[in-house]
Amino acid sequence: MNFRHKFAFLLPGLVVLIGILIFPIGFMIRLSLSSWDTFYPGLDFIGIDNYIRLFTDDSRFWESFFRLSFLSITTVSLQYIIGFSLALMVWRDIIFKRFFRVLFLIPMMTTPVIMTVIWRTFFHESLGPVNDVLSIFGVAPPWLTNEHLAKVTIIIVEVWQWTPFMFLLLLAGLLSLPKEPFLAASVDGAGPIRKFIYVTFPLMAPISIGAIIIRLIEASKIMDTVYVLTSGGPGTSTETSSYYIFVKGLREFQFGYSAALSFTYLIIMIISLTIISKFLVKLLIKK
Amino acid sequence: MTLKSYTGGLLAAMLIFAQGAYADKWSDQFPHIKNTGDIPGACSYEATSKKDYSGRTLTISTHAVPVMGEPTALHAEQFSKLTGATVDVVHSPAGDLYSKAMVPFQAGQAPYDIVFGFSNFIRDWMQYLAPVPDKYVNMPQMQDVTKAHQGVASWDGQMYQFPVDGDRHYLKYRKDVIDNPEYQKKYKADTGRTLKVPTTWKEYGEIAAYFNGWDWDNDGELEYGSAEVMKKDDLMYAAFFSRSASYSKNPRTPGGFYFDLETMEPLINNPGFVEALGDWVEATKYVPPGGINFGLGDEINSFGGGQTLFSFSWDDAFVAAMEDGSPIKNKVGAAPLPGAEKVWNREDGSWDIGHNQAPYIVWGWAVGVAGKSKNQEMAFDYLCFFANGANHRADIAIGRFGVNPFKKSDFDPQIYIDHQGWDPLIAKSYAATIVGMEEFNTNRVFPLRVPGIFQFTSAVAVGTSKALAGQLSSQEALDEVAAEWNKILDRVGRDVVKEAYAVGVKLEDNIN
Repeated sequence: MNFRHKFAFLLPGLVVLIGILIFPIGFMIRLSLSSWDTFYPGLDFIGIDNYIRLFTDDSRFWESFFRLSFLSITTVSLQYIIGFSLALMVWRDIIFKRFFRVLFLIPMMTTPVIMTVIWRTFFHESLGPVNDVLSIFGVAPPWLTNEHLAKVTIIIVEVWQWTPFMFLLLLAGLLSLPKEPFLAASVDGAGPIRKFIYVTFPLMAPISIGAIIIRLIEASKIMDTVYVLTSGGPGTSTETSSYYIFVKGLREFQFGYSAALSFTYLIIMIISLTIISKFLVKLLIKK
Repeated sequence: MTLKSYTGGLLAAMLIFAQGAYADKWSDQFPHIKNTGDIPGACSYEATSKKDYSGRTLTISTHAVPVMGEPTALHAEQFSKLTGATVDVVHSPAGDLYSKAMVPFQAGQAPYDIVFGFSNFIRDWMQYLAPVPDKYVNMPQMQDVTKAHQGVASWDGQMYQFPVDGDRHYLKYRKDVIDNPEYQKKYKADTGRTLKVPTTWKEYGEIAAYFNGWDWDNDGELEYGSAEVMKKDDLMYAAFFSRSASYSKNPRTPGGFYFDLETMEPLINNPGFVEALGDWVEATKYVPPGGINFGLGDEINSFGGGQTLFSFSWDDAFVAAMEDGSPIKNKVGAAPLPGAEKVWNREDGSWDIGHNQAPYIVWGWAVGVAGKSKNQEMAFDYLCFFANGANHRADIAIGRFGVNPFKKSDFDPQIYIDHQGWDPLIAKSYAATIVGMEEFNTNRVFPLRVPGIFQFTSAVAVGTSKALAGQLSSQEALDEVAAEWNKILDRVGRDVVKEAYAVGVKLEDNIN
């Protein structure tokens, strides 16, 4: 097989790659160097004006980025802890194991926007069932209208929706673990806690890192939950980067500027996630 | 009897007879118009049935069902039956309507013959829309449209949007409470003030606060003072402009409500707007729990469901409250938006003391025909049919349709008494409220219709929501909005915005 044949076989994949990955990113970069909006449609060239505006005159973007970081790290940490706990639970031989495995996956199978609408109804402060129940105990928290509680509400919804994903990956990891280390630990007289600390957790570390990074990538795009639950409010207290980019691009139609935001955000995410994964490898995988 | 009055009488008799005759023929086939039958006109069922568009396809981009989406689809089906045309209706969420039309417009394409959107899109869309032909502009059906709504659908005298809906903000209140002698006595005893329909925002706040958080309609549930659209980015800026109009629209200082037309300096942080925002922040204390996260749907459900004493925004909450099956049918009243006991005079830099009221003719549903459409004649015929007398009369009776009065003939209270079972007093107050805003009050505020409109309104939503959430004071929040507006002006171009803004100021200053 000569070079031409090899190239011919690679070509379809290459075309798809260019079509669905390289071209959109290239176009986004080009768009970010233009002032395209509703009134001046077109790819004019304004140099790095949009980037200058972003770095010198847009504190709202950076506030939304730090808020997003908080929400992502919090939700993914909770998802990991809960997901791991549930996976450990159904990894054992418990009654109705299969039933629980399917049950825990249901939230992930539902459509996020629709579920968020339902959650919004649950947390509705005057008409929702959550406060109806809590009012029996004399409390009615402002779930969506207090700037701190609104973040908690978003975290609850995100954790509910995406913990099953974490559960699925970690359960798959647990099921693929070799039995010998556990047998050896049992022979040495290790109890369940010691087994978890010294056998299960270290063996699960590579899978845990993968699961955490995948979820962090997903969580860094929190948008639909914020859009439906709070529209970024009260004030700007729940605005995340992706929601802010959405507002600039598809609400205010500043396409050039939102492309600059998107590209900057992409670069920041690539760098941050690389650092986080290196940190997690150092922390969890001992040589 | 003069010849003129004799001819008029004869025409009226013919019209009545004609209505009766058509009613049987067309309402049998189209039950939607069963209350009126066909109403004669250039785009009536009878006239439309004589057109033949067999083999041709009309494509329409419209809102999701039901609001505006349902009547679009219904009238498309009717139009198809009458003319033989194939009508494809594509539904999208409200937030996507602008881009759904604008993206192909900018690419020089016309995938839709007809595009539905909001009337404040007009400045951005008009270069891609076909002007409404004189044939339609001059027909009696269009002459029945109020001058204010002809203005909303037009740009500097040229009509680009075909009027199918009319919108304004007004006050809705629980008549059974405000007119209740026991509550009037109790309110007087407790506060020393008279319980009446509020004519100022301060009164509105006082009464709403008094009736907040207790079961005043004895249904076993707590009721609250007011339901308002306060959710960020969900039309909240329109609610803020409603509250601001009376404090900031001074009939003695023409030349701009949002900007000073001379200098294009934003007026959004002047003491009038700040006072209004202060009132609005106060209102967070008398809305239902979670009220600062209420969108339009929540507001309609809250007031329409009997949860609050007051509400103000589009017609929908009132129509919902007055529909059959509503727990508060014939228990609500309509009145002009509250006013203020002072209005900011930007020329003197001081308050003018005295009552001031300014109606807000807010933006609403609008529709245009794509300039590159190859089916323009059919498209305009469809729109004319959509808004014909019979369809319009039937549409305005259905709250979920989102079609509200915009014709002079809509101001006859008898329509609502006969066809919708409204209490005569309520029907009269509703009609009087609307006609007062549309035809008599000359101190009106119109929606901002300039390039970059979404950037301006988005900045207002962000600033005011920060104030409502307690993140900033009213002055700080509006200073931030004004600074953002200046940046937008610099980006879009002050002259470009000024040129467009001047067209709206003409409407506000009643310059023909």
